[in-house]
Amino acid sequence: MRIPRSLIIGGALFALFLAGALISFVWVPYNVETLNIAGKFKLPSGTNWFGTDHFGRDIFSMIMVGARTSIAVAIVAVGIGIVVGVPLGLAAAANHGSILDEVIMRGNDLVFAFPSLVIAILITAVFGPSAVNAIIAIGIFNIPVFARISRGAALSIWTLDYILSARVAGKRAWRISVEHILPNIANLLIVQGTIQFSLGILAEAALSYVGLGAQPPTPSWGRMLADSQTMISFAPHLALFPGFAIVFTVLGLNLMGDGLRDILDPKIRRSRR
Amino acid sequence: MSLLSVKNLNLSIHGDAILKDVSFDIQAGEVLGVVGESGSGKSMMAFSLMQLLPSGAQVSGAAQFGDTDLLSISEKKMCSLRGQDMAIIFQEPMTALNPVKTIGDQVAETLIVHGKANRREALQIARERLNRVGLPADRFPLDRYPHQLSGGQRQRVVIALAIALRPKLLIADEPTTALDVTTQAQILDLLKSLVDDEGMALTLITHDLAVVAGLADHVAIMKKGEIVEAGATARVFSNMKHPYTRQLLAASDHVPKRENQSTKAPLLEVKSAIRNYTLPRMSIFGKPPVFRAVNNVSFTLRQGESLGLVGESGCGKSTLTRAILGLDPLQGGKIFLDGQVVRAGRFMDPVQRRKMQVVFQDPFGSFNPRHKVARLVAEPFFVMEDPPRGSALTAAINEALTSVGLTHDDADKYIHEFSGGQRQRIAIARALIIKPSLIVLDEAVSALDVSIRAQILDLLAELSEKFNLSYLFISHDLSVVRAITDRVLVMKSGEIVESGPTQEVFDAPAHAYTNQLIEATPRLSDFNAATG
Amino acid sequence: MQYRRPCPAHLRLKSPFPFTGPASSIYAMLQFAISRLISLGLSLIAASVVIFAVIEVIPGDPASFMLGLNAQEDTVNALRDELGLNGSIVSRYFGWIFGMLQGDFGTSYTYRVPVTELVLARVWVSLPLTIYALILSTAIAFPVGLIAAARRGKVTDLSIMGGTQLGVAIPNFWFAMLLVLIFAINLRWFSAGGFPGWDEGVFTSLKSLTLPAIALALPQASILARIMRSSILDTLDQDYIRTARAKGLSQRQTVLKHALRNAMIPVLTIIGMQFSFLLAGAIIIENVFFLPGLGRLIFQGITQRDLVVVESVVMLLVFAVIIVTFIVDLAYAAVDPRLRRKS
Repeated sequence: MRIPRSLIIGGALFALFLAGALISFVWVPYNVETLNIAGKFKLPSGTNWFGTDHFGRDIFSMIMVGARTSIAVAIVAVGIGIVVGVPLGLAAAANHGSILDEVIMRGNDLVFAFPSLVIAILITAVFGPSAVNAIIAIGIFNIPVFARISRGAALSIWTLDYILSARVAGKRAWRISVEHILPNIANLLIVQGTIQFSLGILAEAALSYVGLGAQPPTPSWGRMLADSQTMISFAPHLALFPGFAIVFTVLGLNLMGDGLRDILDPKIRRSRR
Repeated sequence: MSLLSVKNLNLSIHGDAILKDVSFDIQAGEVLGVVGESGSGKSMMAFSLMQLLPSGAQVSGAAQFGDTDLLSISEKKMCSLRGQDMAIIFQEPMTALNPVKTIGDQVAETLIVHGKANRREALQIARERLNRVGLPADRFPLDRYPHQLSGGQRQRVVIALAIALRPKLLIADEPTTALDVTTQAQILDLLKSLVDDEGMALTLITHDLAVVAGLADHVAIMKKGEIVEAGATARVFSNMKHPYTRQLLAASDHVPKRENQSTKAPLLEVKSAIRNYTLPRMSIFGKPPVFRAVNNVSFTLRQGESLGLVGESGCGKSTLTRAILGLDPLQGGKIFLDGQVVRAGRFMDPVQRRKMQVVFQDPFGSFNPRHKVARLVAEPFFVMEDPPRGSALTAAINEALTSVGLTHDDADKYIHEFSGGQRQRIAIARALIIKPSLIVLDEAVSALDVSIRAQILDLLAELSEKFNLSYLFISHDLSVVRAITDRVLVMKSGEIVESGPTQEVFDAPAHAYTNQLIEATPRLSDFNAATG
Repeated sequence: MQYRRPCPAHLRLKSPFPFTGPASSIYAMLQFAISRLISLGLSLIAASVVIFAVIEVIPGDPASFMLGLNAQEDTVNALRDELGLNGSIVSRYFGWIFGMLQGDFGTSYTYRVPVTELVLARVWVSLPLTIYALILSTAIAFPVGLIAAARRGKVTDLSIMGGTQLGVAIPNFWFAMLLVLIFAINLRWFSAGGFPGWDEGVFTSLKSLTLPAIALALPQASILARIMRSSILDTLDQDYIRTARAKGLSQRQTVLKHALRNAMIPVLTIIGMQFSFLLAGAIIIENVFFLPGLGRLIFQGITQRDLVVVESVVMLLVFAVIIVTFIVDLAYAAVDPRLRRKS
């Protein structure tokens, strides 16, 4: 089976940042918590690959540590979306037309009316800003995404004859959902998962940028961008590197998603007639 | 001088040969029937003539239509020919019309696009054409949308837009395959009347020899991209030269060798069954309307018997089937299996479930694509308290597979590695494995090619004898039901309108509807009538 | 079987839908609009309950929350009276709702002015910016998506797909910073920030909103262009496209008369969703351009624990999203006749 180019390139890009994040737990070129005002605003060089910021901190190290935040927040948020959203969607499809279905659908619509930024605002207004609250906010917004997708895919499978066969064999709705429906929507969920992952990275960056995400001293790419804003005219490298980090991580994930879709969803390739 | 003369038409798509040296003639005002099973290339031939092929297609040869060669003219000239001198209608009426445009607009568009009328005139002509195809103005105004019409009605609209400019040739690619038998008869009637009244030539592409028998002047039989036999219908049917033609004819008419083994003991009894559906609410006030899908149906199926249930779509037979299988509850009446009441859903007794199994119509939707055949075939064992495990399980799976003509190697494969006919065999194996008394066959052979169908019918006959099975055979196809059942029930609008021994009901129907169904079903012996 | 009967004039009554007259389509639209309106009302109520629960119920006592741990008892009680927190939860909720219906959104604790005043001034920055970005995004995405679909598989398509792939990965606020760096600081075509106010002239105000709108629009346009492209390609696969070709329409005529309109339909919902993303984005991007919009108001409200402001602005944002969803639903039904039947 040919592995699509998009999967390879995307996978490599994302692996780069994932590696950076994981390695940062054992080693970084420079400690990100020590300030070195004397060495501030250094341009990229052999000693500081990405230069230093306004406090003299090594930007390359900050990118590595910031990767931790971005990836951790995004992945847990996707996890919340899948773990809560998929069972809801499957339950709604299994009870199509019932009150449960209606309630889940209306609940979905309600959450969709709150952009994840607004949810974050609500949560942080009451509980204070933090990385955990950013995870919760993005995670809550992911729930209806996965619920809606699971429900839609499950509904089209429920009409198929092999589900009828399973019912004739006496299997109940929940068992059918787990044995028959879930394996057949897994591919769809994987692809959507990578998309939501990349959206999560963007959302985390935006929340950190406005100060609602991970708080200092935890480094995050979004906050690096916020800090760099006033100095962009004379020290653009402060803004460029975190920005590129976000762009390439997200790009990598999106390419992976495209590549996965090509492998996992052969329907696209099947020609009619 | 032929209207259309095709010589040595060769077609390949992405390197795969689809049509090989196809040559035939179509005369003005005559009907040519093109018959073939799936994969014969008959549809592709139509697309080649209309230059509507998918990308990657390579065509060679000549198709002389008047003084133009269809295969070598420019796209612009082809656009001018399409709809004006030549037209084509397709198989799926439900999706053939643009859902957001009115039927009037879609018929008028043919006229407007060819510059033959302005909008007002085009709509007037569209009205006349719609009347001509049997959609009168009072029920079908021009501002009707396709989703407000049934399949048969949509196909009429498609015919109207195809004949709007009175083309010299109409190609109909399986126009009635997706329709009910009585609708099919009406559409074929309509096409024939257009040929007679307007002198239009018709090329009717179908898999059904019987349809062609009564309608076509000439017939061409296709197999794997080649025309194996062609000629005047009467001649071809009475004097078949090619072995494939004979094979096709034999399969179309095939009646498996079987004996009636019904006993007196009742196996399945349905007493005054009633099943209602609640429809979506029309307004907030009052109760939602109720539709009675099954209305007081009673019948008995005896041990060893093969009972047929015929009816067209919407008559309620699927609903009744689901109630019998214990999938949906009844709103009135009772169903008894071996004397025990059948309850629906989780209330159904597992012992009862073991006695009934089902084979469905669609070989492609019948199986979970992610499970191997062994797991698929063994699913009914879920019903047993103590299902066989390990070597006993493997033995049971092998036995089931060999009974249907497959091997034990097949147990380890995935379902997509099998053809449609083989999948139906696996479906039958799945139904057999638990050794039921009754197998419900819900349109089990309807989606199969004619020759495969014959084999499956043989298999079913053999199995019923070997394993002492009773069948409830549900179908809209009367010829199939005639071949394999001892008794038959005719269902219409939720009620059984006639029942009796198959031979008697078919030879001398008592009810008008049964008569209508029988009249509407094309028969191979009709070829004599066409030449009259 | 006889095939010489004249065309049968009778019809099978298989149509599941009852016969409807010519005026019925207007009636159906009205029914649809009313049911959507009811749905809108219910959504608003549900959203308001959620917001109220989070802001006023979860923190326990909003007054002491706002004032912090070190506040004195008297101050807390005074604030409680001022905010009307002494009633039951239900009465407070309805008080809030009725107040909002009359245009009273309470008084900001930090600024000591009615929230309505604060919001009104700022909404005239955030809302036009959002709409400006929406128009830009749509105007760019439609032709780009159409061209990519028309030239599928060719170089143009591949480069558009590559470009949009990059476009969706760019955070809009970072892109804004780059735009400021290039166009404001280096080229000096635009000012680096600030908003002169609508009184200074429509053109100058729009000019100051242009860089922000572009920054917002580009990532969304990338998403929309991709969706547009795949919607057109999906539509071109449909059977009725084949019917149109069979009638004699050229490929170009088919795309323009049949494919485009049908392809737009699913894209409409996306545009509705885009509004909510753009609104959120506008709030964030105001930070880059020092625009006096809702963003500054709300973020200060969070840091200063001004729950009154936060509550009201969130309600407003959600209200805007729900209204836009409603409009999109109506537009959907206007374009696709199949939807008008659903109640």
